[in-house]
Amino acid sequence: MAEGAIVIAVIASALRLATPLILAALGGVFSERSGVVNIGLEGIMIIGAFFAVLFTHITGNPWLGVVAAMVFGILTAAILAFLAINLRGNQVIAGVAINLLAVSLSAFLLELIWQRSGATPSVPVALTTNPKALEFLEKIPVLGDLFSKFTPFVYIAFILVGVTYYVLFKTPLGLRIRAVGEHPRAAETVGISVYKTRWLCVLLSGLLAGLAGASLSIGTISLFREGMIAGQGFIALAAMIFGKWHPVGAMLACLFFGLTSAIQILAQTIGIAWAPEFLLMIPYVATIIALVGVVGKAVAPASDGLPYEKGEK
Amino acid sequence: MKTRFEKIWDSFRLPIFAVILGFVVGAICIVIAGSNPLVAYAALFQGSLGSITSFGETLYKMTPIVFTGLSVALAFRCGLFNIGAEGQYIAGSIVAIVTGWVFKDMPGIILIPMILIMGIIAGGIWGGIAGYLKARFGVHEVITTIMLNYIALHTSNYLVRTVLNPETLIPGSIREAFTVSVPEQAKLIKLNAILPQFTYSSAHIGIFIAIAAAIFIYFLLFKTTVGYEIRSVGLSPDAAEYGGISKQKNTILAMFLAGGLSGLAGAVQVTGLIYSVNQVSMLPGYGFTGISVALVGVNHPLGVLASGLLFGILDNGARQMQLAGIPKEITGIIQAVILIFIAGELIVKFISDRNKKKAIKSKEVE
Repeated sequence: MAEGAIVIAVIASALRLATPLILAALGGVFSERSGVVNIGLEGIMIIGAFFAVLFTHITGNPWLGVVAAMVFGILTAAILAFLAINLRGNQVIAGVAINLLAVSLSAFLLELIWQRSGATPSVPVALTTNPKALEFLEKIPVLGDLFSKFTPFVYIAFILVGVTYYVLFKTPLGLRIRAVGEHPRAAETVGISVYKTRWLCVLLSGLLAGLAGASLSIGTISLFREGMIAGQGFIALAAMIFGKWHPVGAMLACLFFGLTSAIQILAQTIGIAWAPEFLLMIPYVATIIALVGVVGKAVAPASDGLPYEKGEK
Repeated sequence: MKTRFEKIWDSFRLPIFAVILGFVVGAICIVIAGSNPLVAYAALFQGSLGSITSFGETLYKMTPIVFTGLSVALAFRCGLFNIGAEGQYIAGSIVAIVTGWVFKDMPGIILIPMILIMGIIAGGIWGGIAGYLKARFGVHEVITTIMLNYIALHTSNYLVRTVLNPETLIPGSIREAFTVSVPEQAKLIKLNAILPQFTYSSAHIGIFIAIAAAIFIYFLLFKTTVGYEIRSVGLSPDAAEYGGISKQKNTILAMFLAGGLSGLAGAVQVTGLIYSVNQVSMLPGYGFTGISVALVGVNHPLGVLASGLLFGILDNGARQMQLAGIPKEITGIIQAVILIFIAGELIVKFISDRNKKKAIKSKEVE
């Protein structure tokens, strides 16, 4: 491969790999900014990936699959919201339970619907190529090759980074979300409903993680396979922390993690002699370093993970 | 005054309700799958307790999760959430292979304890890192242990592929997706060598090590100063600190001990069942099951033994259910539902409190 082509291939691959991470990490940002720890991102991604494929099969329209992924992502997140907010349960246990449920439920439904285990059949129409409406971008010199390798999810992810940033930092709603995550008692005193705000944010995180799941199934391999999420929900969680609970920071972290994966996949083509296992380890090591605070400490919202009881003194 | 029995009932009420509700939801799923729940559950229990052989299969399935359950429970007692049992298990298993290989000429009576102790140390260090980061930098252990799980996974894969591969260590062998095996004399005795009734079951004496570990942790937690300090920090870190008990020291110690138990799970699994470590793409899952085991066992070492048996039954009986034509994933759903109800412990409290209120009201009317 020519050098230019390799660079384009690595960048395109990095962006595609970063896409599900960005979507899920944005979900994490919403949830944790409002004060609810969401360990269940991984499980919600599994649910999203599965229902995207199921509804694409039923309707023949992958976009309806995307909608289904978001709806079922929201429903799964509602379990977390109810446990964490109304019942003031342990958020980490609830998240672990959701991950466990998603693995078993998707495998159960897979067997029930297709009478087979392991993977679903491929969907007839997927969203794995650059959308027709944006084909003109491919005519741009040099960068055109890059756009030709995109999926619709790549554009959606980057647009949503902007939307999340705007909502969180430029609107009254965003101010309320951050207030609830930092000091729920004070927020309640000035008339902000802590429960409603947290419910909204957890459901949004379900929507985004569901979308992330869809981007991996109908947006990447055109089918659902057991174990396909393979810890990406946890990488997204890491990216959110590495990006200091900020949408743009999380996006940059995801791009960095996507790049390390792309290099790992294309290592032989590029001629990198590093052991692939060490490249795969980078996100996790980087996150611990960020938390320890060698380069500017990452600090969570003050009330992240703490249940809130109305009217408590 | 509450009697002793009422106190025990109070602490076990939540997990018992959760387990019953788990089976109810499981039954609903079985009906959806078009089968009879009674037939399915009969197959589940028949397949896991029906004969000495099948009970043996249950015993070997419950062995690692008793260790990881103890690990999570011990950390909980110090107010720490150890999601890192997965990684500590991996650390223990890979170091067991290393120890077995380096000292492969030692007699079994020395080698086996050495492998198990090295497994404890390896897991302990892996857990201790998270404890240190929490004590020194205030980094939340949930996040660090998740990260350490994946670091352990990839490090293990690297070692399996290179340093510990038969290709590297045994001249003339080809590259495999697993490590060299532990030497013959380092393998734990199978139960069928003692009692022939266990026939083909893979059960091994690791279960006795697990039971011994549970009893040891019980004494450590409830009968020694070390345990008292760990529990004090768990109940109220500031009060403990005021009473002269170091929060930092006990956080590191508790995570080291918790990690050691999960590391021991790995070492016992290697010497008792799998003999070598595979290259894998996913975490083994014993650590996550350990969370359920600890919570259902109300974080009490003896409770962990009981709930370990329950989860062993679920895991082993799944196969028999599959043979009866019922998707084996039902058992996973049951586990998840149990955990959901435990996380929402107020659901159970809510129901019983309402009954109490009703009782009080009816008394007032009289």
